[in-house]
Amino acid sequence: MPKWFMPAAVICGIMFALSPVLIARAPYESTMGLVQKIFYYHMPAAGMFLVAAVVCGIASVRYLFGGSPRQDRLAWAAAELVVLFGAIALVTGPLWARKAWGVWWQWDVRLTSSLMGWMVAVAYLLVRKYGGPGSDKLAAGLALFGMANVPFIYISVNYWRTIHPTTNVVPTLPTSMGVPFWFCFTAFVLLFVLLLRLRVRLEEQRSRLDVLYLSLDE
Amino acid sequence: MTVFKRVITFASLILLLAAGSIAAEQPQQTEQQKGFVPVSELPPQDQLPAAPLLVSAYAFVWLAVFGYVVSVARRLSVVQRECERLEADISRGHRTP
Amino acid sequence: MNAFVRIVWLVVRKDLTVEVRSREVIYTTVFFAVTVVLVFAFALVREGRALGDAAAGILWIAIAFAGTLALGRTFERERQAETLRALLLAPADRPAIYVGKLVGIVVLLVATELVLVPLIAFLFQAPLFSQPLWLTAVLLTGTLGYCAVGTLFAAMLVRARSRDVLLPVLLYPITIPVIIAGVRGTAALLEPTPDVAIIRFWVSLLVAFDTVFVTLALWTFEPLMTD
Repeated sequence: MPKWFMPAAVICGIMFALSPVLIARAPYESTMGLVQKIFYYHMPAAGMFLVAAVVCGIASVRYLFGGSPRQDRLAWAAAELVVLFGAIALVTGPLWARKAWGVWWQWDVRLTSSLMGWMVAVAYLLVRKYGGPGSDKLAAGLALFGMANVPFIYISVNYWRTIHPTTNVVPTLPTSMGVPFWFCFTAFVLLFVLLLRLRVRLEEQRSRLDVLYLSLDE
Repeated sequence: MTVFKRVITFASLILLLAAGSIAAEQPQQTEQQKGFVPVSELPPQDQLPAAPLLVSAYAFVWLAVFGYVVSVARRLSVVQRECERLEADISRGHRTP
Repeated sequence: MNAFVRIVWLVVRKDLTVEVRSREVIYTTVFFAVTVVLVFAFALVREGRALGDAAAGILWIAIAFAGTLALGRTFERERQAETLRALLLAPADRPAIYVGKLVGIVVLLVATELVLVPLIAFLFQAPLFSQPLWLTAVLLTGTLGYCAVGTLFAAMLVRARSRDVLLPVLLYPITIPVIIAGVRGTAALLEPTPDVAIIRFWVSLLVAFDTVFVTLALWTFEPLMTD
């Protein structure tokens, strides 16, 4: 593992450990009260969900058109993180919605397209695991289509009538909410980078294993 | 120590630290109701307590991330053990059966 | 450009000729679609009458399921005869082959829809023919979008393991927007007084999806099929 990994992991861990303190000290939102504090984890997780999908998509394109195995490893790792962060967003969101909107789920644009994007990532992992030979290119093609969905997920909430908050909320946060939010966001970005690096290492070791097996069979 | 054990130790320390900080910093109590108001007469929003939802949300995040880290660490140590075994075999000049 | 169209026409003609001679895929697909409609009709019946609004949804579910079946069968035929490799070895533009297969599948599904639409109009008393032009627009753009992705994935899956179950796994998440738009567009024209603006919105959205999907498919067909 690279030298920055352990210090970064320690910093990330401390940030996550301290985040409940900052979140508890943040002011209440006027209409939603206590449950709104899910926002400080829900929004960064959703952000990382989209970022991971874009990383997976770009790596898949580069793998399809360039053939570099490094991009393939990166794409697989990013896809797993899409599933992880997407699951976090799709679970914390309804928990918040149950109180704020009165329902667990709404078939509005943002939620539907996010769920769809998440399922594409799950399909990616299924293909990689059970697809047999050629599944790497197949999954790469799938990831490309999935990535095309990401900008739609992000801006859809601004153009369709939806109950989900628009993208205008984050830039206009008051400082007392902005500080804990950006703190948590930074923690999540750091977590994303660390998990990506860790998962890529698993793929690198698997490739090394393949090389070792091949060298035995010569 | 194997990668797996190292990761578990690290993650557990973080969890302990977080639990400690949460315990030390008391979250603000929601205002106590003054006087008796039957639950059925509260506006619909207030009838659902928020705290369980909040706690479940944060608990899920921590468990999901922790679970993922454990999963990767486990797969990593399996692969690394296999790599080491193969390299030992190669250096001894054996072929795997 | 001429060569491109020629290749597309040759591939389409080959597929249609094979199909007309055996009629295997069209018969089984149409029959399967009809059974899907019936199963859903029975599932959604209340007090002896089917739910009125179900017609649009059931139509598109039947198209989606029948499409998956048709895609699987068509490419299975290619796999068994190893004609896909022959196609790829031919001195033809890969995108042209893709477009040729796409047109063939769309023709197949449209033939299925010719049976499905009257059946659903009959079973659900749904005024599907009140806006025939808009209905055609919705069906064509929706079918094209669905098949654009489906042809690409089915072609790629020809050599994969578990290809039968992987096709729906790959296809359905990606085509959810097309199905949603198709259903909402069809439902809009089933209204007693259809709002043309709404129908036009969904059709434009479908056209946008079609453009994106066909472009992406054309772009990735070449690298995905080389192995």
